[in-house]
Amino acid sequence: MELLPYIIFAIIKILLLLFILLTAVAYTTLLERKVIAHMQNRWGPTRVGPFGLLQPLADGLKFILKEDVIPDNVYKPLYLAAPIIALVLSLVSISIIPFGGAWNIGKYHIPLQTTAFWNGTGIQDINIGLLIILGITSLGVYGVALSGWASNSKYSLLGSLRAGAQLISYEVALSLSLVGVLLLAGTLSLRQIVDSQAGSLLHWYFLGGFQFIAFFIYIMAAYAETNRIPFDLPEAETELVAGYHTEYSSMKFAMFFMAEYCNMITVACLATLLFFGGWHSPFEGLHLPVPGIWLIISPLFWFFAKVFFFIFVYIWIRGTLPRFRYDQLMSFGWKFLLPLAIANVVVTSLVLALRS
Amino acid sequence: MLHLHTILFLIFAGICVAGALNFLLQRHPVNSALSLIVVMGSLALLFLLLGAEFVAAVQIIVYAGAVMVLFVFVIMLLNAGEEERTRGSRVALFLGVPGLIAFFGLMCWTLSRSQLGQVQIGGYYVTTQELGIALFREFLLPFEITSVLVLVAIMGAVVLARKERQ
Repeated sequence: MELLPYIIFAIIKILLLLFILLTAVAYTTLLERKVIAHMQNRWGPTRVGPFGLLQPLADGLKFILKEDVIPDNVYKPLYLAAPIIALVLSLVSISIIPFGGAWNIGKYHIPLQTTAFWNGTGIQDINIGLLIILGITSLGVYGVALSGWASNSKYSLLGSLRAGAQLISYEVALSLSLVGVLLLAGTLSLRQIVDSQAGSLLHWYFLGGFQFIAFFIYIMAAYAETNRIPFDLPEAETELVAGYHTEYSSMKFAMFFMAEYCNMITVACLATLLFFGGWHSPFEGLHLPVPGIWLIISPLFWFFAKVFFFIFVYIWIRGTLPRFRYDQLMSFGWKFLLPLAIANVVVTSLVLALRS
Repeated sequence: MLHLHTILFLIFAGICVAGALNFLLQRHPVNSALSLIVVMGSLALLFLLLGAEFVAAVQIIVYAGAVMVLFVFVIMLLNAGEEERTRGSRVALFLGVPGLIAFFGLMCWTLSRSQLGQVQIGGYYVTTQELGIALFREFLLPFEITSVLVLVAIMGAVVLARKERQ
């Protein structure tokens, strides 16, 4: 492939993806406020724009215009670097996610993924896509840990210690829950994992591979990794004010906030890709009569529908469950999720060995 | 003409060496730990340039993502302050510096004379699949023995850390 169009398309893809991701982050906050409000018999934001649809813009403007307070005794280099580390890492991990096959524009084939290209016959994906995402997630702990320590405040430090312990503990269960899918797919490339689930609803690893236990382990570990209720002890406001970002104000606080929502979206994308067939339609095997234009839109539609569903479940759970106690959190992770994940690996590989 | 591969190698090797020097020169332990993470990250990218993708990913996940996190946490919990500077000892100046120069000179001389360290890309295990097959078929016994060794070390740490029941 020629270099110049490749670079141009890569830059366009990166800008478009960043724009979509940041918009999605802004509107996830609105969705969260609206859904939680309706679950609690309230209206949520209604004043800014029709149905409160411009609320995220107003929030963003408020964050930018607020006074940026830097407390006196913070360790400045790391205090300033921590929110940037958190946000950049959460933005980078979305670049590995494939959103669909390739679009043909003129003579060019454009894969719907920033880190893939057309090699003449097919789409060339990263071989170790899943490992890269796990690596970036495991680095995410530095943003949280450094912010708490550099703030020079008891609440921040306690929050970041909790976050660090929680992230390290649940990463084990999270990684092991993915092993079942990897055994079935035989590859670490996200695109090939999705392709191996083509067919219909019954070929998705959630049903066809009997990985629903792995999926529940994954989703619970992922809630803990993204510090969401019921695992949001690092920012438990009843005990720790706001946890690791207590001392941050204006845009720096917003960066932590955006990082958290970006991570939520990445986790939802990964659940879609690994367990729910990615961009494949659930009715694929039925050969339903559909118009030609639908075939182009369909992958993106199904992908975003599934991701939207997982984000909705996130919010739903926040509106439903109370927070764990810290010892409950640790024993749940180590004594329940981890043995279950190991059992899933053993049973899956046993079944695969007996079948072959 | 410089190849893109060479340019990338020079960039990341430069970052790696700069991180290592910064690690030694920084006075605050947290800064030292963070520059060690930079060294780990650029090492992973050097592995990636060699085509060893799995090793690169594991370098990030295990070293930068797990081992160094524990280092950073210990530094934070102990609240270690800045280290104090001494004026340096005479022995280090008169024995250490010439010794270091002699060692590097010897190493450069040996490496430039011999044919050591010349490997074709693709002439070794690179992909995850090849590594897995090699580990679990050819080197199964050493692999299992190493994992038992790690288990023993973990158990030793647990025994040392747990409190005696009164």
